[in-house]
Amino acid sequence: MVNGDQNRAGPKKKAARGRKKPAAAATGPVDMVQLLTPEGERVSHPEYDVDLSDQQYRDLYRDMVIVRRLDAEGTALQRQGQLGIWASLLGQEAAQIGSGRALAKQDMVFPTYREHGVLWTRDIDPIMPFGLFRGIDLGGWDSRKYRFQMYTIVIGAQSLHATGYAMGITKDGKVGGDDGEAVIAYFGDGASSQGDVNESFVWASVYNAPVVFFCQNNQYAISEPVIRQAKAPLYKRADGFGFPGVRVDGNDVLATLAVTTRAMDNARHGNGPTFIEAYTYRMGAHTTTDDPTRYRDSGEVEAWRAKDPVSRMRTFLERQSIADTDYFDGIDAEAQQHALDLRERVIALPDPEPGAIFDHVYSGGSPLVEREREEFQAYHASFEGSEH
Amino acid sequence: MPKLQQFNLPDLAEGLVDAEIIKWLVSPGDTVELNQPIVEVETAKALTEIPSPYAGEVKTLHHEEGTTVDVGQPLITIDTDPGGASGGDEPPAETGALIGEETADGRTAVLVGYGPKSVTAKRRPRKSTTAPLGEQVAAPVAVSAPAPPQPSPAPAPGSAPIPAAAPGGSVPVLAKPPVRKLAKDLGVDLTTLTGTGPNGSITRDDVQSAVSAPAATARPAVVSGGEERIPIKGVRKFTAENMVASAFTAPHVTEFLTLDVTETMAAVARLKTLPEFEGVKVSPLLLVAKALLLAARRHPMVNSSWDEAAGEIVVKHYVNLGIAAATPRGLLVPNIKNADSLGLRELAEALTELTVTAREGKTSPADMSGGTMTITNVGVFGVDTGTPILPPGESAILCFGAIRDTPWVHEGQVVPRKVTTLSLSFDHRIIDGELGSRFLADVGRFLADPGTLMLAWA
Repeated sequence: MVNGDQNRAGPKKKAARGRKKPAAAATGPVDMVQLLTPEGERVSHPEYDVDLSDQQYRDLYRDMVIVRRLDAEGTALQRQGQLGIWASLLGQEAAQIGSGRALAKQDMVFPTYREHGVLWTRDIDPIMPFGLFRGIDLGGWDSRKYRFQMYTIVIGAQSLHATGYAMGITKDGKVGGDDGEAVIAYFGDGASSQGDVNESFVWASVYNAPVVFFCQNNQYAISEPVIRQAKAPLYKRADGFGFPGVRVDGNDVLATLAVTTRAMDNARHGNGPTFIEAYTYRMGAHTTTDDPTRYRDSGEVEAWRAKDPVSRMRTFLERQSIADTDYFDGIDAEAQQHALDLRERVIALPDPEPGAIFDHVYSGGSPLVEREREEFQAYHASFEGSEH
Repeated sequence: MPKLQQFNLPDLAEGLVDAEIIKWLVSPGDTVELNQPIVEVETAKALTEIPSPYAGEVKTLHHEEGTTVDVGQPLITIDTDPGGASGGDEPPAETGALIGEETADGRTAVLVGYGPKSVTAKRRPRKSTTAPLGEQVAAPVAVSAPAPPQPSPAPAPGSAPIPAAAPGGSVPVLAKPPVRKLAKDLGVDLTTLTGTGPNGSITRDDVQSAVSAPAATARPAVVSGGEERIPIKGVRKFTAENMVASAFTAPHVTEFLTLDVTETMAAVARLKTLPEFEGVKVSPLLLVAKALLLAARRHPMVNSSWDEAAGEIVVKHYVNLGIAAATPRGLLVPNIKNADSLGLRELAEALTELTVTAREGKTSPADMSGGTMTITNVGVFGVDTGTPILPPGESAILCFGAIRDTPWVHEGQVVPRKVTTLSLSFDHRIIDGELGSRFLADVGRFLADPGTLMLAWA
């Protein structure tokens, strides 16, 4: 866990807002928080900053390299028939690592199906979601133990779950101090058009729920560009619901860390929700079932490649002499080892017993389900001993 | 000890049944790394590369380029322990079965809900021992192997395929009612067939190939009685849909112009000698493209499209120039973006790049979208002219015929000159005969005297 120092910027500095350099992709006055430029230059922002040790800087880089390498293994395993589908996070490492490392131990995460990087920051074995993508389990895990809810496939549905959960925290009296609990709900730019997300904004706002809505605007809802979803910058929507919205450079791990830390702390202290729009880009396909060359041109992809979250951090570490070539090589080797280990274990994942489908239907069991289980098992047993 | 690992074609998306081998990226004998791209395949969804699941030495590529392979069929065999002692017919190692292969306990690893077919299509092959690799590979060839076509083929003696049901076994043959009816009508005994459908069920194809059964594996083109049936798919299907859509929505008119292009040929020859054009291909097509671009500037309405939904004609102030290209994948029309803004050398470079990319089969969907006008060069095939069909969304296409030495009246004398025929098809909803004629005449004027017109229109 690393903590940004949210008290660094005092109110007097607020006057400077607006004179700061405008956001990269701006039309009109769009403010985007950035602490590390695509060229790896450390810049300041009047409201947000991080105060990290060299080790913490290196750790953020390590996180990003490892999750990128694990993600590449996921894509390869799908192409090799070991997974039914894979949703790649390539390009979104900074948004996920920065926000994930901003969370406190007691916080609860409501992810989409792409949050492999956030999962990593919760110190969860990265193999956990692979059963879901391999089609051998339903992606159910002990969300209380990991403080990380199930991957949600239904677009935007988890924003409602997160808001309800956050309202529950308030009712339990667990907000209002440094050790208060807060909730983060992840979703994408496409989900911002969903009724669920907008409804959750209403509830979170009027109930002052301790929830942070973290939207990774990766520019595409599968093939639909964000310009077909929103005519105004997404973060400005929060104004209409009555809580703050911030756009952060989603390819800048320091900025996402700073902004998310502040928002989570606000939530845990009882100051209500925040909407964070992490402005980023999905470098790969929506999932392995998609071919992005059919709806976006390579020039656009190349332009975003120049803003790569990992290489800008590496440049920064090199320039500041925080890390050297030996260190980078060591991290690459470590990432490779993690990937090979993951591959081996994914391939060895056992198929479920056919009867497993009846498990967990009711917590206390049910005579009807038990009868069906027996029928099903008898049916299966009828094939035993037959050659085919 | 050599350890042969066979990799079967996986379902690359959700519910795909086959993929076409576009290009092998490795050859037998090559050493491959884990996750190194080994083959480029095209599915109904995408052109994609498959990374190797094993490190080792490539032993066998199971299909030629251009073949359509069913999901679950063998793709490649890799020796993961080359340099080991002899014994190429060792059974595959049992470290983690791939989808569609058998695990050590004899169960077939199948993704829930995806159900790729296995070649031998065993139903629930539990407890069976893993077949030696040689046998597995041989299986597709042996499927319905009986040599002479017979209405009711007997199973090949001692052959590898395992029938969908053991004779006299307790498990009934799996086949859908219409397939049963077909088999009955054709006199085929279902118990003698090997099912290739889900769970080893017998499909319509299985029954038909049992009847017409010569060489068995020819799935894409089943030969029977002197006809060949080629499945309509991929680029062919796409081309057909576009042609039909265009031919039946845009009322086409075609005009022809035969002209003397001796000056154009001379200009091509001179350009080739200029240092500015060193290293690029200068062809008559380049000047035809330039003529089209300059004429389009003089007649902007030609470079437009009909937006039925909006009730508007969209006049484009840029030209994305399409070039129809015959490629190994079929007819592709990649285009040069903003071709009107390019100088002649840049245009030549863009033409070369486009052609090379198309021939290599690397044209991306982005290269093919957004075209505004097109040239089709049938002259390269020695043909004089044609009446091309408009690419959907475009309103003019120029057809460039062969250039021939022809007796021609030139300055009052009949002399041999370089003569060609241009034809222009256009969308009569937007372009009237007058505009189409003026446009085509301008293209012709340029090609008759490119030097002067280049100055006049610059």
